Amino acid sequence: MATSVQDHDSLWQRLTIATPYLWLLAFFLVPFVIILKISVADPVIAQPPFTPTIDDAGKLSATADNFVFLLTDKLYAITYLRSVMMATIATVLCLALGFPMAYGIARARAETRGLLLLLIVLPFWISFLLRVYAWMGLLNNYGVLNNFLLWLGVIDQPIQILYTDFAVFVGLTYSYLPFMILPLYATLERMDLDLVEAAQDLGASPTRAFWDVTWPLARAGVVAGCLLVFIPAMGEYVIPYLLGGPEALLIGRVLFDEFFVNRDWPLASAVAVVLLLLLVVPIVFLQRSQARNAEGSA
Amino acid sequence: MRDATTTNSDVKDAFISIRNVTKSFGDFVAVDDVSLDIPKGELFAILGGSGCGKTTLLRMLAGFESPSSGRIEIDNVDVTHQPAYERPVNMMFQSYAVFPHMDVEKNIAYGLVKDRVSKTAIAKRVDEMLELVQLGDFRKRMPGQLSGGQRQRVALGRALIKSPKVLLLDEPLAALDKKLRERTQFELMNIQYELGITFVVVTHDQEEAMTLSSRIAVMDEGRFRQVGTPKEIYEFPSNRFVADFIGTINTFAGKVTDIGDDTISVYCDEIGASLSALGRHPVEIGQSVDIAVRPEKIFIGKSEPEDAIHARLKGVVDDLGYLGNRSLYHIKLEGGRIVQVSSQNRRRSANRFLEWDDDVWISWRPRSAVVLVD
Repeated sequence: MATSVQDHDSLWQRLTIATPYLWLLAFFLVPFVIILKISVADPVIAQPPFTPTIDDAGKLSATADNFVFLLTDKLYAITYLRSVMMATIATVLCLALGFPMAYGIARARAETRGLLLLLIVLPFWISFLLRVYAWMGLLNNYGVLNNFLLWLGVIDQPIQILYTDFAVFVGLTYSYLPFMILPLYATLERMDLDLVEAAQDLGASPTRAFWDVTWPLARAGVVAGCLLVFIPAMGEYVIPYLLGGPEALLIGRVLFDEFFVNRDWPLASAVAVVLLLLLVVPIVFLQRSQARNAEGSA
Repeated sequence: MRDATTTNSDVKDAFISIRNVTKSFGDFVAVDDVSLDIPKGELFAILGGSGCGKTTLLRMLAGFESPSSGRIEIDNVDVTHQPAYERPVNMMFQSYAVFPHMDVEKNIAYGLVKDRVSKTAIAKRVDEMLELVQLGDFRKRMPGQLSGGQRQRVALGRALIKSPKVLLLDEPLAALDKKLRERTQFELMNIQYELGITFVVVTHDQEEAMTLSSRIAVMDEGRFRQVGTPKEIYEFPSNRFVADFIGTINTFAGKVTDIGDDTISVYCDEIGASLSALGRHPVEIGQSVDIAVRPEKIFIGKSEPEDAIHARLKGVVDDLGYLGNRSLYHIKLEGGRIVQVSSQNRRRSANRFLEWDDDVWISWRPRSAVVLVD
């Protein structure tokens, strides 16, 4: 009897532990292997539009042509770089805006904290696409912002805001700000305020105490927030497409075009694989440094 | 330096001078018109229950709060509105607040690094502090790898490295277990004696305040109820609050019937007897007062005491407890009133001296009792 209960427990435990792994296996690893397989094929005009990995003769047919093409055509390198740059700037903007907000919420009275957090999450109740369209209405030549500036007399003609990089930054920062605020809030809220006071007591000015104590202790939240913003911003398609100019080529756009406009699935897959590598390398690096940090303070 | 007989609360050469300090948060008055002088090198304790304003007062001394009105001087410098980081005062936090991302050495050195002292001077001071708090072997450890007692030493070393004029200690022994408390307590006293730094301890624990400090201020509802040496506060509480707060005390309510040279006689309705006690307050005939006597001041015996100057009461043993070094008795008087008595177990004996329901006499000398007016 006792053993059967134990068996039941351990089965349940194993199932619980296995669930995230099964999830990752089914929805990340398997699709990735499929993409990887397509990325080493040749494009053909057929259904599906790429050559099989194992040909009719039973021989392995794989090619690195797509990756070689990516490296030799400057367009791709520039687009990757531009994407990294855009995502980096958006991340920095989110951090600059999100840190004071998260700090303010974490230090607010307990009763108001819930309300403030709700306000941060509230925009998620409206479709992402709708919110981006709303920004088009705000930023276009006859939109709210231009009208306001005209009314103020700062400008006498509408200025081009929509379809510029600026509009893309606004869109990215707006959309991903909550992903920065929430992990930051979680770390800041747990932080012992006595630590800041102790630093001040020992002669550190409030600014100094912030950089000596608050900032290093908020690092885990900063890293988590930056990853949560940087990764989706890197592959973002909708925001640059709707708010950015036609020349604003980002990797998400290239990916889309290769798949759906050029129907070059193998090249598009190669673009996706390289994008993933670009993202995984810094994540692994950060994870390592986090783990080392955790070891030190544990 | 640790003169236990200092009784005067208006100290002449005040090192810390608190003048009519009030602090209110909205409608709530946390500290209410408090004045206090602390001489240099004293180990002073502020004792009170939670919410009595002691922590707010400490935070005003540290510079984390600024008084709503009043003035604070340290070493003849007005620091009332000086921010914490400019005050010659350091604090040991109740939570210790050891920086979790710095090792022991960096934690201790922090105050000097902020002061832009040369590296060699810092290293020398850090070594001294590590030796003082006996953490030499742990200098490279992270706080997460230390015990609570060791973390406290880090906090102490860190607070002392700048040789502050005043060290503030917020509930320094609260988080330690009993054995460690006793050791730490004596270490703190030794360190204080060696360095001659003025210590101000805030605590809710009377035992901690009594053993650590040379003088105590008992605080309640934002005011000091009594300031004096541990002995004065324990033996001559000046009001009911202090008598009740410090230790255990039996009080008998009554009316003044006679005022002698140094004793006051009081008739207590409740027990139907006249009691006398040392009077230190101006009282009038007929005034309602309390006679208070500590449990250990009461003699207990099976026969009626002969000495006529004793206050004598008859009762039965209602409850008793053996604590090893002493025994506690609850004696029920004829009127039903319970009196607490404690007596030293001087003789070793397997048999109890008294048993439940034994008839006993309790008595005390008038000099052992005090009169409480308010």
